Amino acid sequence: MNLGMNFTSSSSSWKSNDKASDQFPAGLRVLVVDDDPTCLRILEKMLRNCLYEVTKCNRAEIALNLLRDNKNGYDVVLSDVHMPDMDGFKLLELVGLEMDLPVLMMSADDSMDVVLKGVTHGACDYLIKPVRMEALKNIWQHVVRKKKHEWKEKDFEQSGSFEEGEKCQKPLEDVDYSSSANEGNWRGSKKRKDEEDESEDRDDTSQLKKPRVVWSVELHQQFVNAVNQLGIDKAVPKKILELMNVPGLTRENVASHLQKFRLYLRRLSGASPHQNALNNSFMGPSDPTFLNGLDFQALATSGQIPPQSLATLQAATLGRSTSKSTIPVALVDQRNIFSFENPQQRNNNSKQVNLLHGIPTNMDSKQLANLQQSAYMSRSNSVPSHMVQPQPRTQLLNDIAGTRVSRNGIDFSRSNSEISVSKNVVPNYDVYNEINQNRNQDWTLQNVGSTYGSSLHVGPDVLRPVLVEPGFTSKGQSSLPVKSLGIDQQFNSSLADNSLRVKAEMGFENGLYSGHFGQDDLMSAILKQQEGMGPVGNEFGFDGYHLDNLPV
Amino acid sequence: MEVNQMQRSFLEYATVLFREGFLDGQFSQLQMLQDESNPDFVVEVVSLFFEDSQKLLNDLTTTLDQQNVDFKKIDAHIHQLKGSSSSIGAQRVKNACIAFRNFCDQQNLEGCMRCLQHVKQEYLLVKSKLEALLRLEQQIVAAGGAIPVLSEFS
Repeated sequence: MNLGMNFTSSSSSWKSNDKASDQFPAGLRVLVVDDDPTCLRILEKMLRNCLYEVTKCNRAEIALNLLRDNKNGYDVVLSDVHMPDMDGFKLLELVGLEMDLPVLMMSADDSMDVVLKGVTHGACDYLIKPVRMEALKNIWQHVVRKKKHEWKEKDFEQSGSFEEGEKCQKPLEDVDYSSSANEGNWRGSKKRKDEEDESEDRDDTSQLKKPRVVWSVELHQQFVNAVNQLGIDKAVPKKILELMNVPGLTRENVASHLQKFRLYLRRLSGASPHQNALNNSFMGPSDPTFLNGLDFQALATSGQIPPQSLATLQAATLGRSTSKSTIPVALVDQRNIFSFENPQQRNNNSKQVNLLHGIPTNMDSKQLANLQQSAYMSRSNSVPSHMVQPQPRTQLLNDIAGTRVSRNGIDFSRSNSEISVSKNVVPNYDVYNEINQNRNQDWTLQNVGSTYGSSLHVGPDVLRPVLVEPGFTSKGQSSLPVKSLGIDQQFNSSLADNSLRVKAEMGFENGLYSGHFGQDDLMSAILKQQEGMGPVGNEFGFDGYHLDNLPV
Repeated sequence: MEVNQMQRSFLEYATVLFREGFLDGQFSQLQMLQDESNPDFVVEVVSLFFEDSQKLLNDLTTTLDQQNVDFKKIDAHIHQLKGSSSSIGAQRVKNACIAFRNFCDQQNLEGCMRCLQHVKQEYLLVKSKLEALLRLEQQIVAAGGAIPVLSEFS
């Protein structure tokens, strides 16, 4: 224990039992609830060995009565999940509500959904049986954390020593915060702000930690709105901040975000001469600059597009995206694909449009493919299969791939295997080929559809698996379910519909994409996306993107 | 019998039990929990286990005998048995419970019945072996010796 005596001195309200608090965590008052007598006895012994004060009961009702009778009599509750008289989760909720004590769940059941349930119900931790001593030894940290959190909320003046003792942060600590805080995108920033407050309490500005703002979709939308309102040229951080009127947001936050945003815009505008170019090029088969405002150059130069960019792109995770350039590029690619598809189809033009020609795209072919996928997905209207034309894509992809894409990077497949080139598709087109190859893989539509006009908060990790999920099959009409990964999706209604109607028929010969995607749909989706935000950086969210602007 | 000899027998026997999967590391944990303040801890817990398991097995038999088998109830019982057997380290019983659970999920009555037999079998086996082991332990204690630590198995 590193807490030492400082902890107790600063925790005047810590325990009623002063004697016990001197040797914290010894004397921690634990209430353990388990209907299994064997487990109960073992737990009791283990907890006693940890020098905790243990009260055991085998019924949830009894436990509740004990807690109610003695509100301050316990520090932590350990409860089994499966109990005959009351569901452990119910007890968890009640304890949380009435007594606001940290509750740890236990079960022999280690299936993810049960653990998740525990977490979402507010359990501080979930222990898998058989519980070992080591697991019990550390339960005191949940108590400390919760107290600290409570004190923070009351603006309790913390002593430095107290804070030091708490630096051990467990992965599950997020559940410690109130559920409302958990759900908000501000969770990260709130936490950071708490830390910042802490630092400030130390009266040492040099130690002041800058809170890392999570640019959620909503937040970014606000940002974009403010910028648009001011005019991109006149948008200065101070004014944006004022317009946004978000408490806790600093000018610095806005400034850095604006910087990134500007970079993105530059990239977009660099790729194509002007926004309307997209429209033109879209129709024209050979116009490589159809993407309005999509500055491939910019996108490419925006930075590395890590493999995760796909996820980023898909998720339109503004705040969580770590690779900003990903989205723009991805978007661009999608559009490129789009435009190429249409004109190609229509004109039977096998000319390869290299939208991304020369653009040092950092996007992985994977990303590209994903983009394409997304692009296609977002179109709900029937997309003629001809829309998916390997050739232009190939070219595009080649170019894209050429710059930096590494086939290895593509992560369409369930496993991170490379997308192999399918013979059906134009061989040059790495990505597409690979996509084709993987057509039987599962793609989740949701990401796709949400790319445009949606503000998915799906984090990279979330998206990735999603993408590879069984969404599309070339076999038949399988509409991709638009699952909600608990993300805020601000789908354009049309897009949302589109994505919902996406069927895995169209697209590359392999029918990776639903044939329902119409060229128009895709384009409009892209345009719509573009419209709202102008050349919006993917990282900033696709909210503002209105694909309607894209020339069809 | 000499204390050392008894201790050796104890260790040998315990080794066999661990090797054959009757017991696992959790049992060692229990041994390590035993101390002066709770000298009979292991015996106490094991007895609780026997008691509880017997009841569960009886309940399971009854429930499976019903006209309309309540699989939810079966699942609850089996879950409990799994939990307690894993807590004391009765590995084979625990594994049998896991298999049982699968059949229960499928609502496969015949599979469940077979599994129940298997669980009962494993339970009886581990019961007799634990009893033998604990008897050895008691003899050592009675002769004034210390119970060998089984930490290598944890």
